[in-house]
Amino acid sequence: MLHLIACTDGSIYAPSVYSHSAWAATRTGMAVKVLHVLDPHRERAYVSDLSGAIGFDASTELTEELVKLEEAKARVARLKGEAILADAKRHFSSAGISEIETLQRHGALVETLAELEPASELVIIGKRGEHADFAKGHLGSQVQRVIRASVKPVLVAARSFRPIERFLIAYDGGPSVTRAVEFVFSNPLLRGLPCHLLRAGRIDDKATWYLEETADRLREGGFEVTTQAVSEPPETAITAAIIEQAIDLLVMGAYGHSPIRQFILGSTTTTMVRTCAVPVLMFR
Amino acid sequence: MFSRNFTQDWFSNLRGDVLAGLVVALALIPEAIAFSIIAGVDPKVGLYASFCIAVVTAFFGGRPGMISAATGAMALLMVTLVKEHGLQYLLVATLLTGVFQMIAGLARIGDVMRFVSKSVMTGFVNALAILIFLAQVPELKVGGFAVYAMVAGSLAIIYLLPRLTRVVPSPLVAIIVMTVIAIIFKLDVRRVGDLGSLPDSLPVFLWPQVPLTLETLKIVLPYSIGLAAVGLLESWMTAQIVDEMTDTPSDKNRESLGQGIANFVAGLFGGMAGCAMIGQSVINVKSGGRGRLSTLLAGVFLLIMIVALGPWVKQIPMPALVAVMIMVSIGTFSWASFKNLSKHPKTSSIVMLATTLVVVLTHNLAIGVGVGVLLSSIFFARKVAQILRVTSELKMQPVPGGNKSKSKQKQEISANSRSQSCRIYTVTGQLFFASSDAFVREFDFKEVLSKVSIDVTHAHFWDLTAVACLDKVVLKFRREGTEVELIGLNEASATLVDRLGVHDKPDALERLLAH
Repeated sequence: MLHLIACTDGSIYAPSVYSHSAWAATRTGMAVKVLHVLDPHRERAYVSDLSGAIGFDASTELTEELVKLEEAKARVARLKGEAILADAKRHFSSAGISEIETLQRHGALVETLAELEPASELVIIGKRGEHADFAKGHLGSQVQRVIRASVKPVLVAARSFRPIERFLIAYDGGPSVTRAVEFVFSNPLLRGLPCHLLRAGRIDDKATWYLEETADRLREGGFEVTTQAVSEPPETAITAAIIEQAIDLLVMGAYGHSPIRQFILGSTTTTMVRTCAVPVLMFR
Repeated sequence: MFSRNFTQDWFSNLRGDVLAGLVVALALIPEAIAFSIIAGVDPKVGLYASFCIAVVTAFFGGRPGMISAATGAMALLMVTLVKEHGLQYLLVATLLTGVFQMIAGLARIGDVMRFVSKSVMTGFVNALAILIFLAQVPELKVGGFAVYAMVAGSLAIIYLLPRLTRVVPSPLVAIIVMTVIAIIFKLDVRRVGDLGSLPDSLPVFLWPQVPLTLETLKIVLPYSIGLAAVGLLESWMTAQIVDEMTDTPSDKNRESLGQGIANFVAGLFGGMAGCAMIGQSVINVKSGGRGRLSTLLAGVFLLIMIVALGPWVKQIPMPALVAVMIMVSIGTFSWASFKNLSKHPKTSSIVMLATTLVVVLTHNLAIGVGVGVLLSSIFFARKVAQILRVTSELKMQPVPGGNKSKSKQKQEISANSRSQSCRIYTVTGQLFFASSDAFVREFDFKEVLSKVSIDVTHAHFWDLTAVACLDKVVLKFRREGTEVELIGLNEASATLVDRLGVHDKPDALERLLAH
């Protein structure tokens, strides 16, 4: 059976992820797989001993010491994870979803998703996670990596769920947004909802022609489409349109540029996910 | 470089990596100097090498958090080259070593590490520790009360200080204390400055000054091959140890490539060849180092300290360095392997001891590992060869009008049934070069029979030796006038093809094990 993956870490975004997942599951009839990963963060060191001296059987001793340390931590994390998943199950049951499977895995989120994704249709994750209250207005550390690595659409949930009645497609003419349009066209997730098609940036005849072409394509699928072309930077144009048009969901292509460019210039995708207050459906 | 794990590899453990990098850099100074002395070159050659190798492997290595620099195992292989031809030829050998290692990385030779058994690794590690210790002996032989007292004092500080505080590296404290004592009391001990020149600037790019002829290649080639092999082996083993300690994976082939680039760069900047260091990598992990940043900073801090503190480094008394190296040797040695000698199977212990012994005698880790791998393969073959059983059963051919009878000893001797006697040999198990003699011995060619059936449905023929042996058995029977029938040859020889075809038939392995 087709299913979607709801990623949870029990943070304040978790209830919203559950609600978004329940919404998507109800609309598409997909089953829900709730995923909680126990990331031991082996790349981080918990203790450090700066004595720089190594004694008898240094590597074996050190291995045992590290295992002992991580053992206790991991056990607590596992129990906490079980509680989180039980809570998720309650959420979904009360939302009337019966096809739920909970999954607890060891490892980093991105790698775990890479293993599970091929069999699923949609990944749902919160904009922020465990450290949500630490630096407000930033994007969760995992979200960006998940979006970048993902081969399936990713729905990034906002802090709270609001029924989705109208959505906006940020149309930049790129290949990922074309995939987004195809998904909207063929998938029952957004079927029947009014759509606002927005083109921002440099507007010329070609751009408007493509915009209308896409709108017609969507109208064929029974969508009620309004179009808008604004010669403003995408970030400001999209933010403004979301407010003006009372948009509940932003659909866009993700990360058109290389990580190096992003490292230097920043990326539209990251900015949009961070600043807009609505959930974002991303396509690679 | 900008892979998915880029941030994770570099910046996920900032505090730990920075502190560990500092601790490791401090520990690298005495080691780099000591290993230069082993190789017979100026300390600056080892120090430049350590800087270059650490920095380059930080970027290109396959095991974040592993420390690579100038090492004792490599230094030991260079001794004759340096003695007979000088430093410039060592630099060329280093460049060539890098090229070989890069090729090994691109050819993905790292996968052969699986043939190196645990016992060989233990033997290797022990041999390495012994070699590091032996290299300190000449310095101890200089003798005198002052030397022994300083070594003992340094060791006391190194091992006892961590019981009081773990925020300062105790080897560093030992070195500082001993340096101060040596200066104040004007002790007559050898200083680092007596052993050759130290770096006074950043390393500069220079092409080795040797004639680029075939003659040069002939001189450096054997050394480069040895260096490349030892460097890769020690790096892979260290990577494996770090993998185990931190429970994170590494990429052996990327590591080979990284080591190759590192040695190439080291050769261009006047450094000697190096590889990963077990002792330093343990220190790094222990100090909280996990990411690539720790390796990079170890190299950078090393160079800063050497260039800035050069005049002070010159004053470090050798006995203090000897003490640090003794600590590294003790920490590298696998003391548990002594305890395990009585517990582990004898063959494992023989492999371990043979590896250690050969390395200590030849001063070449690659030869030792070769011997160890060979021995463990032989022992393994011998063990598997025991999985072979040949059973037989005598059957009477139905004689027209006669009564049918089963194989019973009485009938075996009875004269009238002999002409119709048929023996069925059932072969079960693994047939290959090591078990083929035993296989042939199981047949009784002296028995007079009219027909022999050999059922090999439940046997596996692994090589041509096995096939040849079966041929031999068949011919021998035929020579006696016995009719021979072979049953199940197709199933038995499925294993002969190099790949078992497991990949295209999902149940191939089950079928193989079942019959």
